[in-house]
Amino acid sequence: MTELFGYGFMQRALAAGILAGLLGGLVGVFLVQRRLAFLAAGVSHGAFAAIGLGLVLGVAPFNVALPAAVALGLAIAWLRRRGLAEDTLVGVLFAVGMALGVILLEVSGANASLSAFLFGSILAIGHGDLALLAGVAVVVGGFLLLAWGRLTLVTFDRELAQASGLPVAALDYAFFAAASLAIIAAVKLVGIVLVSSFFVVPAATSRLIGGSFALVSLLAAFIGAATAVAGLVLSWYLEVPVGALIVVVQAALFGGVVAIRRIAA
Amino acid sequence: MSEVDDALIRVAGLTVRYGAVTALDHVDLAITPGMFLAVLGPNGSGKTTLFRCLLGLAEYEGRVENRARRIGYVPQIKNFDRSFPGRSVEVVISGIIGAWPGPLALRRHRERACAALAEVGADVFADRPLHALSGGQLQRVYLARALVHGPDLLMLDEPAAGVDRAGEADLYECLEGYQARNPELAVAMITHDWEVARHHADTSLLLDHSVLAFGPSAEVLTEETLRRAFGHVGHHHDLGVTT
Repeated sequence: MTELFGYGFMQRALAAGILAGLLGGLVGVFLVQRRLAFLAAGVSHGAFAAIGLGLVLGVAPFNVALPAAVALGLAIAWLRRRGLAEDTLVGVLFAVGMALGVILLEVSGANASLSAFLFGSILAIGHGDLALLAGVAVVVGGFLLLAWGRLTLVTFDRELAQASGLPVAALDYAFFAAASLAIIAAVKLVGIVLVSSFFVVPAATSRLIGGSFALVSLLAAFIGAATAVAGLVLSWYLEVPVGALIVVVQAALFGGVVAIRRIAA
Repeated sequence: MSEVDDALIRVAGLTVRYGAVTALDHVDLAITPGMFLAVLGPNGSGKTTLFRCLLGLAEYEGRVENRARRIGYVPQIKNFDRSFPGRSVEVVISGIIGAWPGPLALRRHRERACAALAEVGADVFADRPLHALSGGQLQRVYLARALVHGPDLLMLDEPAAGVDRAGEADLYECLEGYQARNPELAVAMITHDWEVARHHADTSLLLDHSVLAFGPSAEVLTEETLRRAFGHVGHHHDLGVTT
């Protein structure tokens, strides 16, 4: 198996998979506990319009999608605070983002593959992409590390957090911005369609196992990274698309844990 | 007015409007050390809004003077997400550090949190997962969280909601016991149950957007005032206007 990681593109894919897995797990525990599991799907599909815009303007698509995703995250946080249900928001964003994206992609005339955006291209990750992902991991990971206790208290009981003097609104905005940044960075790897699995399934799995929120957070990060590595290695031997296989590995682990808990109960 | 001079909380002309709706209308109120205040009123009469103002969580007109060093707050537990992976002791520590504890904070503050849980007879389930607690047990954990700082004012929003009858009786006994050991502590409690107010609270506030009555429970909780507050429910909603 060692020769497998002798290739530069596999080394970069491995590093990128681990980073995205860690981020997805850490962000995901908050999304899942707050019933925001659809956020990743909404932001990624919504940001497809920005990818299309980047192609029309002739700039690197993700340079447009990155700030657009953060803006989308902030807008969702703002609208939620004004009482709009997030499933409605995501439903709108999902369709409109894709529609605009497809139109813009066509208009741009760029020789870009729709399937690469939809399903990612983890084996085509360049040094620049990896550096960007690492930067996002430092920013988002750093924020989560610093704010973990406060974000968790808000997640546990909003009113109690407010009465304890926490700046709940500011924490909300910061979290939505950070989550959106992590989501769009992971889109590059696994694509718009599959990205939400990274932000939902490892967190959902770890919640079945961990007895404390701290343990659930750590486990989710570990499961996210481990399933990415497992999917990457398996895809080498099975010769099937990596992103899709990582998602299948995540889902298989989730299913296995559910089954074991059923049997044990 | 010497009793007002040592007031922990003094409220004057407190008014809260949500658009065209007036939730609170020129409310005057004083909470003094050692008082056990019951806040009563029909649904939607502004009780929770009043608490939110006292806690500094809502915008208002008028004056709220807060001389309490620390306020302990027990929210309604019926909104609590039972799927949250946590334990009682972690809830109490979150009251000490103002954030959910990680492993380090858990070790550092555990002893103090367990002492607060013991105060309310809840130390036996310090390490029990939250989803395994009954409503009454969870209410005690929240109470321990509110008491861990040694507050001089304790505020409870409908502690009976989501708790069975026996758990509710235990809670009041526990509260009275704690107040007997800490006679300076003031307690303010929202309740629907005027029997509870009559038995446990020395002072009552009857609220229907404006103050219908405020004073010793025996004087406030008369047939006549209660009929004014609750009797019209479903008919007419302008009775809150003071005469």
